[in-house]
Amino acid sequence: RVNPDLASERQTASFSVEKLTAQLDGGAEHTRIRRAVVEAIECDPEFSRENQYFQSQNERYEAAVRKAVHLQKKMHEMGWTESGPEFKYIYRALSGDVAFLLHRIFMRSISVLGSDKQIAKWIPLATQFQLIGSYAQTELGHGTYLQGLETTAVFDITTQEFILNTPKISAMKWWPGDMGRSATHTVVFAQLYVHGKCYGVHPFIVQIRSLQDHSLCPGITAGDIGPKMNFEHVDNGYLMLQNVRVPRENMLNKFCEVQPDGTYVRRGSQKINYFTMTTVRISLIADEVIIPLMKACTIAIRYSVVRRQSKLKPGEQEAKILDYQTQQEKLLPPLAAAYAFHFINDYLQELFERGYREIQRKNFDTLPELHAFSSGFKAMVTQYCTSAVEICLRACGGHGYSLLSGLPSLYTKILASCIYEGENTILLLQTARFLVKCFMAASAGQSVPPSVTYLAAVKPGKCPAKNKSDFLIPDIYIEAYQHTAVRLISSTAAKLQDLIQSGVKKHDAWNQCTVQLVQAAKAHCHYITVKNFAETVEKLETKAGIQKIMKHLCDLFALHGIFSNTGVFLHDGYISGAQMDMVTASYLDLLAIIRKDAVPLVDAFDFTDKSLNSALGSYDGQVYQRLYEWAQKSPTNKQINPAYERYLKPLLHNTLSKL
Amino acid sequence: EALVVNDPDFQHEDLNFLSRSQRYEQAIRKSSLMVMKLREYGIADPEEIYWFKSFVHRGRPEPLDLHLGMFLPTLLTQATPEQQDRFFMPAWNLEIIGTYAQTEMGHGTHLRGLETTATYDPATQEFILNSPTVTSIKWWPGGLGKTSNHAIVLAQLYTQGQCKGLHAFIVPIRQLGTHEPLPGITVGDIGPKFGYDEMDNGYLKMDNFRIPRENMLMKYAQVEPDGTYVKPLSDKLTYGTMVFIRSLIVGDSARSLSRACTIAIRYSAVRHQSELKPGEPEPQILDYQTQQYKLFPLLATAYAFHFVGAYIKDTYRRISGDISEGDLSELPELHALTAGLKAFTSWTANAGIEECRMACGGHGYSRCSGIPDIYVTFTPSCTYEGENTVMMLQTARFLVKSYTQVSSGQRVTGTVSYLNDLSRQRIQPQHVAARTVTVRINDPVSLVEAYKARASRLVEAAAKNLQAELNHRKSKEDAWNRTSVDLVRASEAHCHYVVVKLFAAKLPEISNAAVRAVMTELCLLYALYGISKNTGDFLQAGILTNAQITQVNQHVKELLAIIRPNAVALVDAFDFHDAHLGSVLGRYDGNVYENMFEWAKKSPLNKTEVHESFHKHLKPMQAKL
Repeated sequence: RVNPDLASERQTASFSVEKLTAQLDGGAEHTRIRRAVVEAIECDPEFSRENQYFQSQNERYEAAVRKAVHLQKKMHEMGWTESGPEFKYIYRALSGDVAFLLHRIFMRSISVLGSDKQIAKWIPLATQFQLIGSYAQTELGHGTYLQGLETTAVFDITTQEFILNTPKISAMKWWPGDMGRSATHTVVFAQLYVHGKCYGVHPFIVQIRSLQDHSLCPGITAGDIGPKMNFEHVDNGYLMLQNVRVPRENMLNKFCEVQPDGTYVRRGSQKINYFTMTTVRISLIADEVIIPLMKACTIAIRYSVVRRQSKLKPGEQEAKILDYQTQQEKLLPPLAAAYAFHFINDYLQELFERGYREIQRKNFDTLPELHAFSSGFKAMVTQYCTSAVEICLRACGGHGYSLLSGLPSLYTKILASCIYEGENTILLLQTARFLVKCFMAASAGQSVPPSVTYLAAVKPGKCPAKNKSDFLIPDIYIEAYQHTAVRLISSTAAKLQDLIQSGVKKHDAWNQCTVQLVQAAKAHCHYITVKNFAETVEKLETKAGIQKIMKHLCDLFALHGIFSNTGVFLHDGYISGAQMDMVTASYLDLLAIIRKDAVPLVDAFDFTDKSLNSALGSYDGQVYQRLYEWAQKSPTNKQINPAYERYLKPLLHNTLSKL
Repeated sequence: EALVVNDPDFQHEDLNFLSRSQRYEQAIRKSSLMVMKLREYGIADPEEIYWFKSFVHRGRPEPLDLHLGMFLPTLLTQATPEQQDRFFMPAWNLEIIGTYAQTEMGHGTHLRGLETTATYDPATQEFILNSPTVTSIKWWPGGLGKTSNHAIVLAQLYTQGQCKGLHAFIVPIRQLGTHEPLPGITVGDIGPKFGYDEMDNGYLKMDNFRIPRENMLMKYAQVEPDGTYVKPLSDKLTYGTMVFIRSLIVGDSARSLSRACTIAIRYSAVRHQSELKPGEPEPQILDYQTQQYKLFPLLATAYAFHFVGAYIKDTYRRISGDISEGDLSELPELHALTAGLKAFTSWTANAGIEECRMACGGHGYSRCSGIPDIYVTFTPSCTYEGENTVMMLQTARFLVKSYTQVSSGQRVTGTVSYLNDLSRQRIQPQHVAARTVTVRINDPVSLVEAYKARASRLVEAAAKNLQAELNHRKSKEDAWNRTSVDLVRASEAHCHYVVVKLFAAKLPEISNAAVRAVMTELCLLYALYGISKNTGDFLQAGILTNAQITQVNQHVKELLAIIRPNAVALVDAFDFHDAHLGSVLGRYDGNVYENMFEWAKKSPLNKTEVHESFHKHLKPMQAKL
């Protein structure tokens, strides 16, 4: 039985929910496969997440290992393969609650960095789980800046081995997943020394635990790094190496090799390495960032039509909280962003597939652009989605703070994405470096990659909008975003030039401009996202009301961005004060329009109740019953209260005489 | 502080490694000890109790919070002398442990919506308490789940067939002696939350549960034995308590943000990363402009909020005197102001704590940094004691009211007195424009004026939009709702102005010249950073020109470099003891890495060399594949 407050929302949808779901999946056939995979996983009790919120770190870890092992069996049973169409939906169906994700990175790094001989040796072992791999790059004292790593690998010509060492505490490997308790092997990144000369960071396969009894190998100190904000199911680990010897063949040597006599040989281009990092950044956007935001929106919006609070009109029933303008202002922009980012993700995937084909043809021209894109969008999308999930959490009042709402764990998990695979500020600065370079090239009349040709078209001018409805014309707001991005990039580039010409050293000048550079990089990504959203809407089918509602969301996303950054648009007078009032008016009007379709818009994300795992967000809207039932399952209610016998009882009785 | 830190009874294993049940148990143990030590040392002053308590629990919640903070005070203020005789001493001696059960599963900030009923039965002279629906189950009260044996329950009073609104009742919920729930009472813990692990927030469902007539708190409203209802005198008095609690939250915003800043800034001085200059060693990350831009404005904010917290507390003390003499004239403004400041400071601090955590990179995400814990403990304050958006709208209601008074020719006083200028501007339309050139971005007093102009412009805009909506529509409520986004912005601008003003006003009071100099830099940074984050407002209102905005942005960056040498000293001045800070990254001695390793070794996953999962799952799988 669906809560009538939620049921009524579904009767007034202006579009076909099923059609929109198919659109999001990339076709009805994909929707069918996805649902089949989700169904197969969710009906298997081994994959249940029912008790997740009550489990300890140890229990979560054990469950993740158990699920990873069971998954192998399940895939075999179902006939799913890693290259099949089902594979990409498995992770979504498991909500990421599974171990051995780093095992896959281990395999990928060998496939990319290893020679054919190395691949032939290690990949079958890993596929058969005869060993469990990890990937040990980050150190206690060193993260994003790889050249700073301190672990050493010294070549010993007499035994034809590398000797690996952790020379000091800050050089300890720290954070790698699956390494704390599970992994038997890991790829260690270390500074290579041959004949006393340092050749920089290289990857080495190192065995860390016995294949027989799982005890640590000689010279190895390893363990779990302790509790985190989330990822309790992952055993992020530390690793210390003391004179650990590995054979010469364990250095991954597709691109660099140390020959038996100690000669260091470099071959081929290493650029492909960067491409791997770049693709990882792009691949995490959908699963780790956009899906959690979609889930958070689903939970918060469904709850906001079930929850009633205060009265809008005297004498009436208490109002649904989603009818309050302030609540719409919190939740509808994140909803629009979820769609905007879904489409930008499609765009990025396509861009990368094209880039990959070029690279296979040994054409590396697109690499700088792809790198800048992956850095900038990873940073912008993770940052935006993290804040948006937190807004959803806080929009659910007190109940949002209950773990049973599902929102705290979505939040604590997504926020790690701002740090891993490159810290966001550093990534934005990399994008900014690319933009400044392209801007200089464009100003000098040289050709630049297609995505930044707009930098060449610097023209002052004013926004032509005359009334609030003009701000619902995509060309008007796209122009405004473009103008702002160009202005921020060009003014920062000019400042940088000025500083350098006035005698400031290049690196100092760069550091003095970094705050502005970050802002410029964000403006660029924001512009591309708005533009892509509008272009996608153009191409959508006009039937079933989909294009119309998507156009509203696109307008909302664009105008919300202006509304919350008024200063940068007003700064050089491109948008006037009077026009800004029109933006605000249009923006607030849109909230009321999209409000009507809010529930159908989250229904279209098509999450099952099990995958939401939320007492507040389930499809039937029976929020309060579920909250009460789930709370009763809490271990704190099942076991007798140990604190009563030990502390409360003496406090309540015996001690009174002493007081 | 030393009394607690050096007392071995208060030591325990790192809480990060304990389960929820264990953390609850530790908290109960310490609370019990605390009560006995307080008596032993003869500490009775409320302020001293507060400090003792916060050192024992290191600023965390504990299961007796509601007993000490709500149950006892409510008895004092709302119970008759006869009721005090009956309940107060047993509660003081902890034979009775109570909580305060107001919030229900389906109803929070809007109190009139509560559904629990208390129906008077004159035949037995009892009230019959009921939770008629699922949504009426009491939900969230701290200490209710497992600890308390009594609760003050808020319920709709029915007598002689009429509903008389919300009243408070003392309800026994667990059997003295066995601690078992009483017949007709269903009580338990609401399950795991985002933080507050040590607190047994609970639920309470009552089915025809009877309590004697004398258990209704009857100092004000009364029900006579025959069921006749006697009305209370005034309800404005309850404002006082709310103001007091909100002032505590403002103080807590300052403290929590200060703790996070201490950790992030000390760690940023220890952490080295990348290169600034080719060939040189990796610099401290605090030398990067982007890192300074993340942290120093927050440091300035922490100081600003300290002054705001102190101001509200002083004002409250001063006004409390007036209240007891029957003068309630200043109360509405203070009530409106604290609602907004509670929301403004808790939102800002909440976001700031997260910024500090992110500024610590990956290690900030580890529980050993201590910031996750500060965050989860602090963040609910955006919701409890009045949801922030609702609070902002309360302040807005007061601002609009003051604006209307000014428009009709009356003068207003206090923090909103700047609205008086608006009526003058109507006569001299050039007024605002003329002011642009007068803003001096190096002068805190001049910046206060800029913030004042922004607030008055946004209040005016919101009030005008509201009026426009009213002209269109019949319903006042609809018009209000359709303007609420503007109204919240106006409140924010007003609160921002008040904070800048209080900070600037503090400077001349600082006698030490060096301290005054550094505080002036922080005050400037706070004010200028606020402008650079809200340039649109200042540009649109014509308070600042484009050229001035560029100067503001530039000056913010110059201030970062100026503050950099004093950054660590400025957080040291907050004077948090390492034990209180609870952070490996923020240690006073800066020995971060070796202590992270020591900490990790104690993780529960490391208890055995080979984890049992290996034997249970991994080994069988390897054998099969």
